[in-house]
Amino acid sequence: MTFGKGLRGLSIATVVMVATALALVFFYAPNDADQGFVQKIFYVHVPLAIVALVGFIVAGGFAIAHLRTRRQEFDYLSYVTIHMGVIFGVAVLLTGSIWARASWGKWWVWDEPTLVSFLIVFLLYVTYYPLRYSIEDPERRARFSSVFAITAGAFVPINFLAVRLAEGFVHPRVLNATAGDMPGEMRLTFLVSLVGIALLYTTLVKLELTAKHARGQIKALRRALEREPEAGASGPALATVPARPE
Amino acid sequence: MALFAITTFVVFHFGLNRDRLEGELAAGVLWVTLLFAAILGINRLFVAEREQSGFDGILLAPIERNALLVAKATALFLYLVALESIALPVFAIFFIDSGFWDALPVLLLITLLADIGIAVVGALLSSIAVNTRARDLLLPLLLLPLAVPVMIAAAAGTDPLLSTPIDRSDSLQWLAVLALYDAVFGLLAYALFDFLMEE
Repeated sequence: MTFGKGLRGLSIATVVMVATALALVFFYAPNDADQGFVQKIFYVHVPLAIVALVGFIVAGGFAIAHLRTRRQEFDYLSYVTIHMGVIFGVAVLLTGSIWARASWGKWWVWDEPTLVSFLIVFLLYVTYYPLRYSIEDPERRARFSSVFAITAGAFVPINFLAVRLAEGFVHPRVLNATAGDMPGEMRLTFLVSLVGIALLYTTLVKLELTAKHARGQIKALRRALEREPEAGASGPALATVPARPE
Repeated sequence: MALFAITTFVVFHFGLNRDRLEGELAAGVLWVTLLFAAILGINRLFVAEREQSGFDGILLAPIERNALLVAKATALFLYLVALESIALPVFAIFFIDSGFWDALPVLLLITLLADIGIAVVGALLSSIAVNTRARDLLLPLLLLPLAVPVMIAAAAGTDPLLSTPIDRSDSLQWLAVLALYDAVFGLLAYALFDFLMEE
């Protein structure tokens, strides 16, 4: 399977979209009446969070596909989508923290259920790496990682529900900009940012897959090359070993 | 596990410097202690299978592999019930002044539903972690975030029960959340366990 197909076109589309989104953010979208310029971090923070979460759930889908078909590339897809989701997750938490500091004066607030849920999901997905790399057998590693990816994917909505409920009793939630009553310019900018960041995510996933695939092929070729000179000597010797010693 | 729980209560007494607890503080101390005590048991859950080749025996036997999951989750559930039958009275004696009897029926329901959730997720994760190199380290890392919804629901459901005046109305909602969690992860574990057992 070639992962690199269409990478160039996708990269160009990503650059164009992200550039358009940034231009809209800075020159088109109005400043928020309440929070002023700082509110513009919303156009980065929220799309990053949405894309990362969708990526986590898609990774669960790839994991199901892996368990059903046993094809290795689905495991790679699942791994790389989670990997990129975690990297985006770091960005989400950083931008969220900056935003919280700017608008509430604190680096972290516990009464923002979406951010708290995201932190929990992030902490869960970070454990994907130690899990994956503490299993040596590649077949078992793929299987176990897939089981984890499916479980964690199902956990995402349940966790959001539980955290939202926990806050709901204490702080009745006020509709904010994400909940719908955005002016048209803001909504357009937000949608363009969302598409741009989704494209960025897809490009990075494809790039990482291509790189991993190429690295794997090089390793296999190098191994084949090292074996070549001895192939003549070990070939016949192997043939004399009985398949079933009796 | 029970000894661990009792010692943790004592540590909490000194850490918080409180003689009596109520409301959210009481609920938090109780549930954090129970969860950490549960982790001790979950860590050991599959060690015998791993070290004495019990997995091979199960694979050779003409039974469904899910039987092992059901057996382990049930065993873990019973461990937890045994743990709580000691830890809850001790907790009440140590920290609660009055009203514990009134809280008990709903508190027991919450405890049982939370136990099912922890048992199911614990059995699934334990069977994953036991096959890795860093199992004792990995299991708490995997389990703690996954158990957060159980913690939220159990602690938030227990909080009004241990407050004065006692209020049961909110707790029912949290029972529903726990039941949903149990159902989702129960089905998930049942569907996925087969894939962990192939060799």
